[in-house]
Amino acid sequence: MIQAHDLPRLLHGDTGRPLTLAQHEATFPIGARPGGLFEELEASGLTGRGGAAFPTARKVRLLREQRNHHKFVVVNAMEGEPGAHKDQSLLSANPHLVLDGAEYLAAMIGAKNIAVAVARDNPSVVNHVTRALHERERRHDRGAKFELHTPPWRFVAGEESALVHWLDDNESLPQYRPQRPTILRIGHGPVLVDNAETCANVGLIGRYGAAWFRAHGTEQSPGTTLVSVTGAVERPTVAEVPLGTTLREILALADADPNPLALVMGGYGGSWLDGRHLDLPYANEALAPYGVSVGAGIIVVLSRAGCGVVETHRVVRWMANESARQCGPCAFGLPALAEDLGHLAHATRDAAAAYQRLVERAGVIEGRGACRHPDGVVRFVRSALAVFAADFEGHRHGAACAGAQSRRHFAAVPTLEREDELIWE
Amino acid sequence: MGMRRRTGGFVLAVNPIQCDGFGHCTELAPDLVRLDEWGYPIIDKTPVALSNLSALESARLAVRGCPRQALRIERVSDLPEGPAHRT
Ligand SMILES: Cc1cc2nc3c(=O)[nH]c(=O)nc-3n(C[C@H](O)[C@H](O)[C@H](O)COP(=O)(O)O)c2cc1C
Ligand code: SF4
Ligand code: SF4
Repeated sequence: MIQAHDLPRLLHGDTGRPLTLAQHEATFPIGARPGGLFEELEASGLTGRGGAAFPTARKVRLLREQRNHHKFVVVNAMEGEPGAHKDQSLLSANPHLVLDGAEYLAAMIGAKNIAVAVARDNPSVVNHVTRALHERERRHDRGAKFELHTPPWRFVAGEESALVHWLDDNESLPQYRPQRPTILRIGHGPVLVDNAETCANVGLIGRYGAAWFRAHGTEQSPGTTLVSVTGAVERPTVAEVPLGTTLREILALADADPNPLALVMGGYGGSWLDGRHLDLPYANEALAPYGVSVGAGIIVVLSRAGCGVVETHRVVRWMANESARQCGPCAFGLPALAEDLGHLAHATRDAAAAYQRLVERAGVIEGRGACRHPDGVVRFVRSALAVFAADFEGHRHGAACAGAQSRRHFAAVPTLEREDELIWE
Repeated sequence: MGMRRRTGGFVLAVNPIQCDGFGHCTELAPDLVRLDEWGYPIIDKTPVALSNLSALESARLAVRGCPRQALRIERVSDLPEGPAHRT
């Protein structure tokens, strides 16, 4: 049996050769959970691993309070961030742990149905999940019924209201939610959406309890977490680390550039962090003063051979293209930000004016979309303006830095094959 | 329209998915709505006191006049203390 201090917990097994149900039950035998399921979840202090780090027990409580016979649990394994590979690794190593967690969540809120959402563009993960669901079907029936859904991959398709919209009506478009927290619905049934990694942790807490779970991590950020490290690294890596591990140690796991210019933290809806801060613990309470967060468990390493202005432009251009184009400030505002950044990245004659526009537009766009996609882009741009202040200064006066001239790129950005099309229409 | 309406505040909220960006609302409620460079309304999220009758009236006009029914008046029960909010 896996002990509280053992590592890895979540990535136990071999990525690409998922544990079978029998192997899974031998590795993670039903243990002696000290208290009730919900009480243990509350005491565990688990926070969501999909980006917002919201306490999972609070979401569960909200859904428990709903009187409805048609509740759903949705396992969000859409993994929309290009720098993220963690849900993929998790489901390729240990799909049953995720499914166990979803069953515990369903039991806690009284849901009869569980939808597992994996992007169809990732067929190997779809296969692993399909096989795991087959194995469980043959076993017995423990209540909630599983269904696999495979929406097309888009950045915004993993946003919870867009995902629920897809499950409800086959459209990956976010919904307007004036009141928060909102309870999303499939038909009339209230929905609990949790990230796949969050579910896997619930699977562990449901077996071994809160104290076991808290053997790793910090007081405020308990447990372990999956981090996808890419960019200026020898080996792109998904690592499982206790929250509170220093950034330097995490980078070492991927043989990353030990003296980077900066890091993207949390994802493309996250923020840049100056490469000097490698001794910070990887936990939100320590990162918050620097304006960054664990986010979706993504670290992209930017080497000093690259240019922060150029990387920011590449990312924002792609993110602008990923707007669902339902809301004016997002549909028009994000491409405008990308255009301003283009002038700066190439240090054109318009760069100084573009800089002014960029700063003003960032302020105007924030908080005006139906979902938080534009806010993520604004946050990313603002952090770039702060972290790469000196480089922006040079670029806006027509002097692109050496890194920009090297034309070396570090942040993975999918190609914009359909750049000029309104892909959502 | 009793007296109890006079405490607390409101914000004019726009559903950005419904909004078509033709900007009628800024003509109907120029004190509450300005437009961004693409023609979409920018509305301050700080609550306005309900006792500010002229602001409330223009908010109502904007809500009624919006061709896409994208606007709503949201009541905020507790107006934050202090000079930060607009009256
Ligand atoms: C633009 C956008 C994209 C998102 N994409 C994902 C995603 O791909 N996977 C995911 O788990 N959460 C994603 N989220 C977060 C979800 O909306 C939601 O908060 C999360 O799935 C909740 O699970 P958690 O509480 O377990 O973190 C996204 C959010 C936004 C605003
Ligand atoms: S804010 Fe952008 S991504 Fe979100 S719903 Fe509106 S247009 Fe789509
Ligand atoms: S009147 Fe309505 S649809 Fe027109 S810009 Fe204003 S909010 Fe949008």
